[in-house]
Amino acid sequence: MEKYLIAVIAGTVSGFVDRWLMLRSDYRYYPTYPHAYLTHLALGFIAAGLGAVAIPALAKPDYVAVTFLVLAAQQFRDIRNMERETLSNLEKTKLIPRGTDYIEGIARVFEARNYLVILTALLNSAVVYSLGWQYVFLSAPLCFLLSLRLMAGSHIGDIAKIEAGQLHFDGSILKVNDVVIKNVGLPAEREKILREGMGVIIKPIDDNARLTLDAPGQRMAIIHDAVSILGSKVDVGEPHFAPLARKQIDQGYLALFMLANEPDLEYLMEIIKRVPVLESTRGTTLSSLYGRKAAD
Amino acid sequence: MDVAIKEFILAMVVLDAGKVQGGGCPVFHAENSQEQQKTSLYLARILDGVVHDLENGVLLICRH
Repeated sequence: MEKYLIAVIAGTVSGFVDRWLMLRSDYRYYPTYPHAYLTHLALGFIAAGLGAVAIPALAKPDYVAVTFLVLAAQQFRDIRNMERETLSNLEKTKLIPRGTDYIEGIARVFEARNYLVILTALLNSAVVYSLGWQYVFLSAPLCFLLSLRLMAGSHIGDIAKIEAGQLHFDGSILKVNDVVIKNVGLPAEREKILREGMGVIIKPIDDNARLTLDAPGQRMAIIHDAVSILGSKVDVGEPHFAPLARKQIDQGYLALFMLANEPDLEYLMEIIKRVPVLESTRGTTLSSLYGRKAAD
Repeated sequence: MDVAIKEFILAMVVLDAGKVQGGGCPVFHAENSQEQQKTSLYLARILDGVVHDLENGVLLICRH
């Protein structure tokens, strides 16, 4: 077989497998199987094909083909818009919204994954073209591992300690430990909250983490993830049992209150630990001089 | 962008009429706290609001 052809095939296949490995359909219920799944696999295939032909085209040498590649790569910027649009439209009919920060984070991740696919395909086709087809079995798994590592990101469990909190009422004010959550008017609702509610304290480990948890977008993401697994007792037009995350304004830690269909405090704490830290809300005060000085 | 008035009082249910004056929302009088709670529960469900307690005999139904 032609040397070019083998390189292109090796690059395309490795890129496509890479996209498949990075495509997860988990508790966040996104992307949905099978339609969005197929869309992303198809786009991943196109991205892999793009990356795979770059090196053989340069080696041929076919510089016109390379300029076309650059043009085609521009198309992948639209993936972010596509994801953002879809998720924002779905947001209107959600009882517990994801929040724009979470949507933006998901959209960026989808875009970034395609660039990783292009890179994987490019590297593997280069390896096959220059060294021989056997070497792809070494380079491809390395690329997969690297992609998965790069896309992993950090979680709330890495930046905060999660502890169980005590729900109680101070008159009509609902509190988790010393953090005020909200005012509850009816005694029947107060009893229900005390009986079935759960309270969690999320304590940031440093000033960066405190600023991250400060962002309402990050709190919405935590609540959305918790609700999408454990369920909530919010209904259309009945928001009185809505889950809330409020800040202890002096110390900066968060208190989360929720009334779940599955009231398992232990699992709630595990779920919160696995919520991704959103790019757009990440606190970076410790990387500035005065931020470090103030954080004593 | 949709423009809407959020976080406003839809109605009040009071035991002591002297606690509330004027204002832009309907005020309901209740004979006792049982009737007060029942009325505010119904109003909250009908108006898609949440009941809050001012702890002075005034319950208010609020839209969030």
